[in-house]
Amino acid sequence: MSTAMVRAEGVRKQFGGLEVLKGIDLSVERGQVCCLLGPSGSGKSTFLRCINHLEKVDGGRLTVDGDLVGYRQQGSRLYELREREVAARRRDIGMVFQRFNLFPHMTAVENVTEAPVRVGGVSRSEALEQAHALLARVGLGDRSGHYPAQLSGGQQQRVAIARALAMRPKLMLFDEPTSALDPELVGEVLDVMRQLAADGMTMVVVTHEIGFAREAGDTAVFMDEGVVVEAGDPRRVLADPEQERTRAFLSKVL
Amino acid sequence: MPVTKTPAALRSDEERHVQEQPEIVPVRNHGRWLGATASVLALAGLVGSLAKNDNLRWDVVGDHLFADLVFDGLATTLWLTAAAMLLGLGLGTLVAVMRLSPSPVLCGLANLFVWVFRGTPLLVQIIFWGYAAALYSQVKIGIPFTDVTFFQADTNSLLTPAVAALLALGLNEAAYASEIVRAGIQSVDPGQAEAAHSLGMRPALTMRRIVLPQAMRVIIPPMGNETINMLKMTALVSVISAHDLMSNIQAVYAQNYQVIPMLVVASLWYLALVTLLGIPQAWLERRYGRGTTGAGHTSPLRRLLGGAAGPRSAPGAKNDKERSR
Repeated sequence: MSTAMVRAEGVRKQFGGLEVLKGIDLSVERGQVCCLLGPSGSGKSTFLRCINHLEKVDGGRLTVDGDLVGYRQQGSRLYELREREVAARRRDIGMVFQRFNLFPHMTAVENVTEAPVRVGGVSRSEALEQAHALLARVGLGDRSGHYPAQLSGGQQQRVAIARALAMRPKLMLFDEPTSALDPELVGEVLDVMRQLAADGMTMVVVTHEIGFAREAGDTAVFMDEGVVVEAGDPRRVLADPEQERTRAFLSKVL
Repeated sequence: MPVTKTPAALRSDEERHVQEQPEIVPVRNHGRWLGATASVLALAGLVGSLAKNDNLRWDVVGDHLFADLVFDGLATTLWLTAAAMLLGLGLGTLVAVMRLSPSPVLCGLANLFVWVFRGTPLLVQIIFWGYAAALYSQVKIGIPFTDVTFFQADTNSLLTPAVAALLALGLNEAAYASEIVRAGIQSVDPGQAEAAHSLGMRPALTMRRIVLPQAMRVIIPPMGNETINMLKMTALVSVISAHDLMSNIQAVYAQNYQVIPMLVVASLWYLALVTLLGIPQAWLERRYGRGTTGAGHTSPLRRLLGGAAGPRSAPGAKNDKERSR
């Protein structure tokens, strides 16, 4: 059995007649940070959403920690998982969204305790204790009673990271976590993500922050038009790309 | 050598500046004043003519305003309103969820329900339920196309006028409420459900904990309207003598022929109840407005007195530029 946390073999996905992923091959080892780069429409966000089954894979194999995403294999047949089984798999995978998607009717600390209490079966007092520790870890120990609307974009995204961490995931997915932020707020979110990477979390990050990919990434994957164009050590891929398409993209964003 | 001003010179500069600030003269809205005066005069004339009109018979109004029969009717009107709204909201939420279901059968059935109960006049539905015994003299619940029966009763003993009224009002309300609830659910950003799913929450829990509480903000104002409408629409069930306020008022004026004074009695009570209904609505709106700045946070009294209807002051709210570290 492979030790990869995420392994994709020929993953395909289409919306209507439009093929968005045309056979993605990729693997992310335990404890690694994998940054997905590429122009918009290249399929990198769709691939990320496939990893926790927010989008259904149409073809190929996609496994997380050895388990097939969304299906159970018996012999030569794939059985679609039930709601309960899908939900159980998702508990182990944290996700951070471009638009934060905090629950606006709950305070920061309620956002963080909601899933552990309702899904994880953790007692309220234990969840509260953990939530305060997590909020302190992302530098928001003094904002736990604030509603999302009372926080800046950068603060909201840090609460969202704390919320995802509260389920003690083995894998964290980041979908353009800094794209909706004002430029001066990007740094505080990236700092938290760097810390998380340093602590050994396995992370898949869709981003346009080339600097982050170069410093914190273990692999950089450049995608375009639904295929992986180039992948490897970020210092090599980003400094001296082999493919013309990668070079053209980097010349535009750098 | 640079020219420096003495403190005294500075002060006189400031004073001159203050004096130069011109006085602001507000615009006089003569048209607005004229309109207001004319309206008040017209209203005063109407009230005066009503007060002097002997046909209004305020003594009859006074005699019946607190009569037992009126209170009995009020009690029926109130429980009928509450029960019909509960039935409507419960069934309406179910129909709304069915309509949003991926199953074409459930969605189609929900559409059919709304089409029938929203598409026929309420008065027709009330009379229909009142005379349902003419269609089915017996009510049987069992397994269709077999002789297995769990429950059987005479329609007339089951469908009393009050039960018929409740069914008619409740089913009709469910059709309207389902549309309001559906709009509420659809107003919530799909990203909210995705975030809940990504945390391992199942669809039912997501609906209950994340989507519906946010949908409430959109649902409550129109449902408040529906409740007020329902209170008044209960008057329609007087056609099947359900002993609500209006039925009882009609029974009185059928005997004493004091139609107008009795209608004044009814109107005063309906007005009073509608006014009271505004209180729980305002409370609910504030309750479900948590986390959103602005609407629903200033009490009506404060709005009238101060006019300070600005959003609740929130540290750092909407201020993306603020940096915390």
